[in-house]
Amino acid sequence: MTVKLILRGKEYEVRAGMTLLDALKKINVLSEAVLAVREGEMILDDEILKDGETIRLVAVISGGAQ
Amino acid sequence: MKCRACGGKAVVNMRQHKLALCKEHYLEWVPEQVARFIKKYRMFGPDEKILVAVSGGKDSLSLWDILIRLGYNADGLYLGLGINEGPDGGADSGYSAESRRMVEQFALGRGLKLHVVDIQQEYGHSIPALSLMTHRGQNRPCSVCGVTKRHEMNRMARELGYDVLATGHNLDDEAAVLFGNTLSWQKDFLLRQGPMLPGHDGLARKVKPLCRFYEKEMAAYALLRGIDYIYEECPYSVGSTSIYYKELLNQLESERPGAKLAFYLKYLEARVSGLFIQPEEQPQALHTCPVCGQPTQYEGKCSFCRMLEKANSET
Repeated sequence: MTVKLILRGKEYEVRAGMTLLDALKKINVLSEAVLAVREGEMILDDEILKDGETIRLVAVISGGAQ
Repeated sequence: MKCRACGGKAVVNMRQHKLALCKEHYLEWVPEQVARFIKKYRMFGPDEKILVAVSGGKDSLSLWDILIRLGYNADGLYLGLGINEGPDGGADSGYSAESRRMVEQFALGRGLKLHVVDIQQEYGHSIPALSLMTHRGQNRPCSVCGVTKRHEMNRMARELGYDVLATGHNLDDEAAVLFGNTLSWQKDFLLRQGPMLPGHDGLARKVKPLCRFYEKEMAAYALLRGIDYIYEECPYSVGSTSIYYKELLNQLESERPGAKLAFYLKYLEARVSGLFIQPEEQPQALHTCPVCGQPTQYEGKCSFCRMLEKANSET
């Protein structure tokens, strides 16, 4: 009963049945810093994660010279 | 969560606006808002020629896409910085090569005009080499990169006859810079930051049409529009102060939705009301660099020409 989250090539596993927001808290990632994509579709913080699925997290923060 | 416009499934939720939208309505909403900000901050008119500085990242390519969708006459400018390439540059792999590929692919696919300046070809040194030779930036070429980009963007906008230079700075970029300048009370910088900097004395007008969108919203726009952008971060930005400030502000935003937006907008209001300058105070006159002819704050050579001179004396 797990869900896989992938961020910058690194894999995390969380329990299925929790919301995306709870899963992000579990892996210490702020919702403000990522987009979550399930099978090519963006999902929101209140989405319940299902057993066996993989969620791709797209980092959105960039920085450097102004 | 449902789309406020149609009741369909929302894919973007902007807590600071209490607004959730589906893909279709989000992709309509973003250009509408950009058009509103262009007008509100008097950035440019419908007949003006715009030069968009494009890096291959989500913000600048999205900005170019939006301006074209809005019917503006907007061309692109890409600066080849030579990051993660061999000492002689010109490698076909690495960060700069990949970002250039993204920009060229974007322009080609849409039939848009793109200007490319390769810093190594133009001046003999890549950005990392310039940084090493001039000993600037504490092992990080970001300050050299900033000076060079500002110099070259202004030069190209002026030489090619564009009315305005547009950059893809988003609200997180602006809030992070503002946060840094506020921490050290940099009055000069606090006076200058804004969505539109008027052109004067050889300086091109600069505008930031995305300055009120969160970084996450621009990433969502790029993803939903199918814009291919460079996901990898500039290798030199890892651990940078600007990213650290963004993370701090995002922690605040997480607890207090709208905090980032309010920080920036309240600053703009404060600036207009004269918090940082007496209304009768006049901005300092600029000087002309005797080497490149571009405007500079102090008499003598501009910081870019001084930097280049130092690098050339090292070789």
